[in-house]
Amino acid sequence: MLREGLDGVRIPSGCAVSGIFSKSGRRRSGEDIIRSIALMHERSNGLGGGFAAYGIYPEYKHLYALHVFYEGKRPKELCEEFINEHFDVVNLSKIPTRKNPRIKDEPLIWRYFVEPLPTKLAESQLDQDTFVSRCVIRVNSQIDGAYIFSSGKNMGVFKAVGYPEDVGDFYRLEDYKGYCWTAHGRYPTNTPGWWGGAHPFALLDRSVVHNGEISSYDTNRRTIEMYGYQCNLLTDTEAITYLIDFLVRRRGLSYEETASVIAAPFWSTISRMEEKEKARLTYLRSAFSGMLITGPFSILVGFNGGIMALNDRLKLRSMVVGEKGDDVYIASEESAIRVVEPHLDTLFAPRGGEPVVYRLNPPAE
Amino acid sequence: MSINWIYPEYEVVRNPDRCVSCRVCERQCANEVHRYDPGLKRMLADESKCVNCHRCVALCPTRALKIVRTDHAFRENANWSGQTIHEVYRQAESGGVLLSSMGNPQSSPVYWDKLLINASQVTNPSIDPLREPMETKTFLGRKPTHIRRDSEGNIVPDLPPQLELSTPILFSAMSYGSISYNAHESLARAAEELGICYNTGEGGLHKDFYRYGPNTIVQVASGRFGVHKDYLNAGAAIEIKMGQGAKPGIGGHLPGTKIVGDVSRTRMIPQGTDAISPAPHHDIYSIEDLRQLVQSLKETTHHEKPVIVKIAAVHNVAAIASGIARSGADIIAIDGFRGGTGAAPTRIRDNVGIPIELALAAVDQRLRDEGIRENVSLVAGGSIRSSADALKAIMLGADAVYIATAALLALGCHLCRSCHSGKCNWGIATQRPELVQRLDPEEGSRRLVNLVRAWTHEIKEMMGGMGINSIEALRGNRLMLRGVGLTDTELRILGVRHAGE
Repeated sequence: MLREGLDGVRIPSGCAVSGIFSKSGRRRSGEDIIRSIALMHERSNGLGGGFAAYGIYPEYKHLYALHVFYEGKRPKELCEEFINEHFDVVNLSKIPTRKNPRIKDEPLIWRYFVEPLPTKLAESQLDQDTFVSRCVIRVNSQIDGAYIFSSGKNMGVFKAVGYPEDVGDFYRLEDYKGYCWTAHGRYPTNTPGWWGGAHPFALLDRSVVHNGEISSYDTNRRTIEMYGYQCNLLTDTEAITYLIDFLVRRRGLSYEETASVIAAPFWSTISRMEEKEKARLTYLRSAFSGMLITGPFSILVGFNGGIMALNDRLKLRSMVVGEKGDDVYIASEESAIRVVEPHLDTLFAPRGGEPVVYRLNPPAE
Repeated sequence: MSINWIYPEYEVVRNPDRCVSCRVCERQCANEVHRYDPGLKRMLADESKCVNCHRCVALCPTRALKIVRTDHAFRENANWSGQTIHEVYRQAESGGVLLSSMGNPQSSPVYWDKLLINASQVTNPSIDPLREPMETKTFLGRKPTHIRRDSEGNIVPDLPPQLELSTPILFSAMSYGSISYNAHESLARAAEELGICYNTGEGGLHKDFYRYGPNTIVQVASGRFGVHKDYLNAGAAIEIKMGQGAKPGIGGHLPGTKIVGDVSRTRMIPQGTDAISPAPHHDIYSIEDLRQLVQSLKETTHHEKPVIVKIAAVHNVAAIASGIARSGADIIAIDGFRGGTGAAPTRIRDNVGIPIELALAAVDQRLRDEGIRENVSLVAGGSIRSSADALKAIMLGADAVYIATAALLALGCHLCRSCHSGKCNWGIATQRPELVQRLDPEEGSRRLVNLVRAWTHEIKEMMGGMGINSIEALRGNRLMLRGVGLTDTELRILGVRHAGE
């Protein structure tokens, strides 16, 4: 079977997304997010599910946590050789899983807590994040059968082919505690051949879960590939993750400014704004025109210390936000929030293109 | 003089039952095909002068006329066509270079016709342009490489100079001299009403048209006709013409008969002298020289206007474009080998250069491979015939398209390809006052506005069908294109998959 991305296959998907965030930094286990995403069972078809969790590795919070899929021992040897060449490995282990009858054909799944080797880092003349991201992109595009699917600090992605609730069970998410959880249930229109295609998609600490099919895909892909990214999976989520990484980390935009690029207001809206705002938005739209995303999407972007929810500018995908005290719930459907927290203080549907950003208070280190 | 071996290509067919001998055809034809014979009391025609421009046909009040291709023929020969034989006869007679006008009429591959556009089904909704905003606004120019913030952390919106267009279509360069005052006025007025730009070509800018400056691209070509400081500052952008798709590698020649009155004044050359543009710019023999011209034009205009460098699509166009993208130019215009001209040597027009589709795809990809695509915008021209061609060009990687032949058609051109004769019966490619006055700038601009609006509507419909509501999300979106009947090599260069894949 042709494998998604690796063999030039691009698969559109429908999806469910859900997120839970605690502004006070209260950590909870993965059980709530599993209940939330499981309620939207009908929005997935068993061909992909996954989670991103933040604050789960406090004991290693200064180290990059690499989660890696291996298809056999040989890719593992090659990848570990690469990792050892570039990083100081502080800890490594298999990621704990439990057998689940509906999760099959699992690859080898390993986790490494690493920091860049000082000599290699100095030699590269890069900052740590850029160094790590380049290493990740290099492994994923050059070592056949090895795939780093999570590479942030104090966070981790857990994904597989299956229904999300089974994926959560498989990865024993009840054993992790995080202040932020996002989840994804996938409904691809084709059969993905491997686990790398499941979501969330992450680079460094930024993870994206996404529902939709973007019509600007190839424009976005060809734009971002100019800056050293390689879209191997050919999925929208991968391209969106890279766009956000580029705009936030490399161009220094805030998440709100990033939203004004990827889900820019219409020119007709901009023309009605006061001069300063008009100039700002005209600048962002024209400076990064190749990064405008069109077509339906609702995304949850997780990052260290915060979360952003964003819809496409026409709001062609559903997404609602609920708050209860310090806790924030975001999901494709209201029911997926109510199943966890029936008594909300507020509930609203963000408008198309309107970013909703929550950050830890006080901020994370 | 020896006998003429060439039988006329066209026959003037006059229906005697309809003809009322009103002599409109006679008055309308600058080629003097028609005449009235008082003895016979009927109209006669000399087909040898007919260029098949349809002026008489269009104005005949009783529809008594039609022009048909003659069925008189040589012995069949798959190798030596009638056209080829005629050309040999003409050159044997004259000893001269064959001249032609307008774009290459040969049946070279038109890749636009082998590219098909996608549409949404099920997984992604199409968008109805009648109900939702559908954006075609386009900015041409270099993009900033880093963001500046003020002391309060606000973004400083200091975009390099940009050309703002309401729709990604511009009128391509046609000089005053090669076309008439009224044709220029039509283009200028239409550009203003549409919120796009027209291009002066290399003949300078008539003083009456300075008021259309914000919608004008002023051109600097190798002859530097009509170039001075006010001219450079008059437009919204400056274009350095390095080459033209119809005649790559050679200059231009506007005969002295067209250098009359205001044309002479605007070009700043004496009446009746031939206006000869050299093949190269004699101050540009290499890429570093181009950089100097770009910079000096920017200095002259206080770095407020984007500079366009227009090149013909030739074999190593990608490498050339890559050099230009590093020269300080803001926009590269690429002109394909099917592009039009007011006059070009036939052999060059039909044999030199490459199709715009392949050139554009190669340039866009090369600039991306080198990470410098955002240094410049790309404008593609050299025969964009319809909104579908325009959209496909954008999907291959263009930011906007140049149209000229289509614009002239809107003004009444019937593609008789005789511009070089200076006797355009439609008042476009002529300087004869009695012919020029046939083109009413009011009507001309109305038709141009209609054309571009109609194309924009069609572009919006196709965008909506793909679920795309902003034109920039289509730029270089090659996944939305599929090829039919193309070889692997052609598909590879175009960066497009075959239909069904």
